[in-house]
Amino acid sequence: MKIIPCPQNGPRPVSEFSFAGAVEPRDETATDASAAWAEQVFFKENGTGVVTELWRHNPSAFWLYLERCRVTDRIIKAYPANAANSADGEEEHD
Amino acid sequence: MPFGLLKYGLSRRYPAEPHFSAGKSLKSHYDVVIIGAGAHGAGMAYYLAKYHGITNVALLDKAYLGGGNSARNTAVIRSNYLTETGVNFYKESARLYQDLSNEFGYNIMHEQRGQLTLAHNDTTLRNFRWRAEIGKHLGTNIEMVDRQTIKELAPELNLSENVRFPILAGLWHADGATARHDAIVWGYTKGACERGVELHQLTEVEDFTIENGRVTEVKTNRGKISCGCVVQAVAGHSSLIAAKAGIRLPIQTYPLQAMVTQNYKPLLTPHVSSPQLKVFTHQTSRGEFVIGSGADDYPLYSSRATLERKEMLASAIIELFPFLQHAQILRQWGGIADVTPDYSPIMGLSPLKNYYLNAGWGTYGFKAAPVSAKTMAECVATGKPPALIEDFALERFYRFKQVNEVGATAEVH
Repeated sequence: MKIIPCPQNGPRPVSEFSFAGAVEPRDETATDASAAWAEQVFFKENGTGVVTELWRHNPSAFWLYLERCRVTDRIIKAYPANAANSADGEEEHD
Repeated sequence: MPFGLLKYGLSRRYPAEPHFSAGKSLKSHYDVVIIGAGAHGAGMAYYLAKYHGITNVALLDKAYLGGGNSARNTAVIRSNYLTETGVNFYKESARLYQDLSNEFGYNIMHEQRGQLTLAHNDTTLRNFRWRAEIGKHLGTNIEMVDRQTIKELAPELNLSENVRFPILAGLWHADGATARHDAIVWGYTKGACERGVELHQLTEVEDFTIENGRVTEVKTNRGKISCGCVVQAVAGHSSLIAAKAGIRLPIQTYPLQAMVTQNYKPLLTPHVSSPQLKVFTHQTSRGEFVIGSGADDYPLYSSRATLERKEMLASAIIELFPFLQHAQILRQWGGIADVTPDYSPIMGLSPLKNYYLNAGWGTYGFKAAPVSAKTMAECVATGKPPALIEDFALERFYRFKQVNEVGATAEVH
């Protein structure tokens, strides 16, 4: 079983987590139905390098960022996604 | 008798038939360069040569013929989809599969044993009614069936109500079939090579030279080729090859795992699948149970296997077929699936004038190989995508006109 080093809960099995997509800069100027908007919705990072991703530890509703290699599946770094956690109604995690 | 057979096999009077030209050097120019020698790529080469008289074609593969996802699927053929576009497209594929053995003069071991999909809840029932109606309307063999019919179709299936998710009803798709995956690739390649197509294995595309919106040259590890046009058919690496041509695709790449059990006597005729348990199975003609599911839960460029997926498949399949609790797993494998947001492929034109896309085949590439190859060959030959694949254009994502097949494909195939 793959283990994810959760900053909140310590090492936990991957089955307790959900993948929520790569973290990419958002183009705030994109308007509805523009090509930029389509690209933001549908065209996600899909390279072979290390990608920063948003994940959620489901039992604790804790959001975290993982820097993960998309070829070896190795996790380079794990840290709390503070903005996502506070938006979720959870207390701030440092 | 065994000695007689051995003698026959080794006799000079009956030499093994070489199917493919091997070991040629690359020419300096090809009219069409096909990247990826799997079922789709080899099929395109075959139909280009057969129907369009285009034979100056290079079929390239970075490894060996049919060694990618063509060798890493579960060989399911069906057309019980949700949209008109989807049903018409996969229906044509199922029809082409029926005739391939005769067309090749080569047995692809096509067996039309039907597909039974199971509903354990009301949402799935609604989905089934929709699929049954659209399927009937478009002329496929599909109907809703009750528990009694399910029992007749699959007597070993656990119809007990004392389980987590009792079976309420089924979607019976008599057109469902299976075939030998290798034979499809070999049959197409044999037919293509006989007509003058060149197969080049161990030939990896490293880069493209692009001038004025056209690919003029393909750089490979064996040298440069000038080209009339290029088609990519590299399921599992679509984003990476497209990126070399400067094209972004709306794809996320996931592993897709499956496994087979030891052999049993014949006891299951149809393909059985359960969207809720996220598992499907069929018994091969050798007697093994092939067990598979949807793609993994997060993206990865790896065909590695995981214990959690094995556990998930095992617990689900034992609920459907309790006798499999004693089964031993003989083999397991993983493929790499290029999943699109709407679970439909990306086919046809690209932003470059002479570069064509055959990508985004997610977990449904095998069943579509013949129709994909045939329509893409027409697209390459005429420069215009045929009506059957117009809706699968990359451009659909910019117009928000997705072909939504998530409900017919996402969890099981």
